[in-house]
Amino acid sequence: MTDLAQSPTQSLENGPPGPALRAWHWARGHLFNGPVNTILTLVIVYAFFRVVVPIVRWALIDATWSADSDRACQAAGGACWAFLGSWGRFIIFGRFPYGEQWRPALVLVLFVVMLAVSARPGMRGRTLIAIWLGGIVAVAALMWGGFLGMAYVETELWNGLPLTLILALGGVGFAFPIGVLAALGRRSKLPAIRWLSVAYIELIRGVPLITLLFMASLMVPLFLPTGISIAKLWRAEIGFALFFGAYLAEAVRGGLQAIARGQYEAADALGLGYWQKTCLIILPQALTISIPSIVNLFIGAFKDTTLITIVGIFDVLQDANTGLNDPAWRHAYVEAYATIGMIFFAFCYFMSRYSQYLERRLRRSGTGPRRQ
Amino acid sequence: MASIPSAAPQGAEQKMIEFRAVHKWYGDFHVLKDINLVVRRGERVVVCGPSGSGKSTMIRCINRLEEHQKGQILVDGIELTPDAKHVEAIRREVGMVFQQFNLFPHLTVLENLTLAPVWVRKMPKKEAEELAMQLLERVKIPEQAKKYPGQLSGGQQQRVAIARSLCMRPQVMLFDEPTSALDPEMIKEVLDVMVELANEGMTMICVTHEMGFARTVADSMIFMDGGQIVETAPPKEFFANPKSERTKLFLSQILSH
Repeated sequence: MTDLAQSPTQSLENGPPGPALRAWHWARGHLFNGPVNTILTLVIVYAFFRVVVPIVRWALIDATWSADSDRACQAAGGACWAFLGSWGRFIIFGRFPYGEQWRPALVLVLFVVMLAVSARPGMRGRTLIAIWLGGIVAVAALMWGGFLGMAYVETELWNGLPLTLILALGGVGFAFPIGVLAALGRRSKLPAIRWLSVAYIELIRGVPLITLLFMASLMVPLFLPTGISIAKLWRAEIGFALFFGAYLAEAVRGGLQAIARGQYEAADALGLGYWQKTCLIILPQALTISIPSIVNLFIGAFKDTTLITIVGIFDVLQDANTGLNDPAWRHAYVEAYATIGMIFFAFCYFMSRYSQYLERRLRRSGTGPRRQ
Repeated sequence: MASIPSAAPQGAEQKMIEFRAVHKWYGDFHVLKDINLVVRRGERVVVCGPSGSGKSTMIRCINRLEEHQKGQILVDGIELTPDAKHVEAIRREVGMVFQQFNLFPHLTVLENLTLAPVWVRKMPKKEAEELAMQLLERVKIPEQAKKYPGQLSGGQQQRVAIARSLCMRPQVMLFDEPTSALDPEMIKEVLDVMVELANEGMTMICVTHEMGFARTVADSMIFMDGGQIVETAPPKEFFANPKSERTKLFLSQILSH
């Protein structure tokens, strides 16, 4: 490694050391520099072998991939993924008629495709609206059916992951305009609109989501004229939209407050009307500023859809619980909840990464708002 | 639109802007006290005075960024009332350039210029873009059209802001201390554009401390102090022989260095 023929001072810097030596130098410099770091390093290595290694053994090496009941798994001592072989399809689609389950499967694919397409940079607003309107019609047609030989399926039987996505996307989709309008209303010069917005936001924010869902499912029918009924699913959806609309309003208001007064004045001076000013100048900047808190809310909203179980709607989590009631798989709850956890994590992680990417892109292209 | 009286045929003596005994208060603070002023078509007026004298407030009343509480303001024969339709009609005819530029940071330079013509004047987008490019040529930065305001220097931003106002083909241009937020080396490029504009016959009201600009361009100087118009005179007379003591003091302060 070191050329002894050269002078000692040079020899230290002469040529790069080999990878093994470099790793050793790095480790000594970063992991074992001083007693505290040495102890920390040893503790972490120990914890790694005590925690991660058993998890990997449990999840992969000792796992049982196919069996008729959890008894077979217990003998092997590892994870019982065979549970998913028996109940996985039910967890995803629930009680949707078995032979027709290709329809919700297609809906899932549609949702993923629409989300992926929407996430692409440079999508124009008009194209996006067209894609989502078409997508919604397609989803509704596939879920309901009742034509082209597809059996009619009522919303009671829309279960599992498609239901979770419909609830989350629909809830957020309605909550967004409600939230933006309430945020604008709260800053309105007209007292009636201002007080209405404040009342809505404060009232809804002061009530737990569960209460609101109960009210939506139990009390709304009381107020409807006889003969008219709204399916439980849509009542819950309305409850969701109202709930997240109120939180969203506050997130958007934060963005609105960050817009310099000069922006309003410049728009006024050019003769733009209120809606032109709001939609072309103020909201694009305010929403950009609010992206982190809006995404934060969306992630929360997505996970909160699991509370829907409480009014008797079968989402993906409730489907998993149903599977665990099967006497043959009573001990598979770790596997069941780990699966649900991973499904939710996958969606939330996508949202989180997408928002980071969006912020980076807006900042780089200079389209992000700047204080003036 | 139709209900608003359109501008009368042009005439040199035509009153473009008129203040009749205008008063304004911020709470108890009396910012504008009995302002009477006539600006004729094609006239260039420079307003100066110490800070807090109400000069910005006065010109901001012309397009109703500020409301006056007493008296009348007429723009091109239309009286400013709280009626939003009247206000928007007047704002279409009055361009304004701000101290802080106030460009829209989320839009490109070109989009900043075309936004109002397309949405307010309902001009076809292509026509608006051609007009915008012409105006960018005029303020000498056509090559920056695709950039965002944040990528430009202060002087360039202010020239874009002037072009943005001109894109609405205004009858009057208001300048609210357009060079006060600029680094010294950028002031000239903005003033050059303003001088050119004045030479083309644009009606202008300009709040500024750039006395060199005032001497070259102004038809009349207005000195304000304590919310009042203290003195009005042609620039030659104003600088050589100011009448009031307050004007003399102010001029000695700003011309001494």
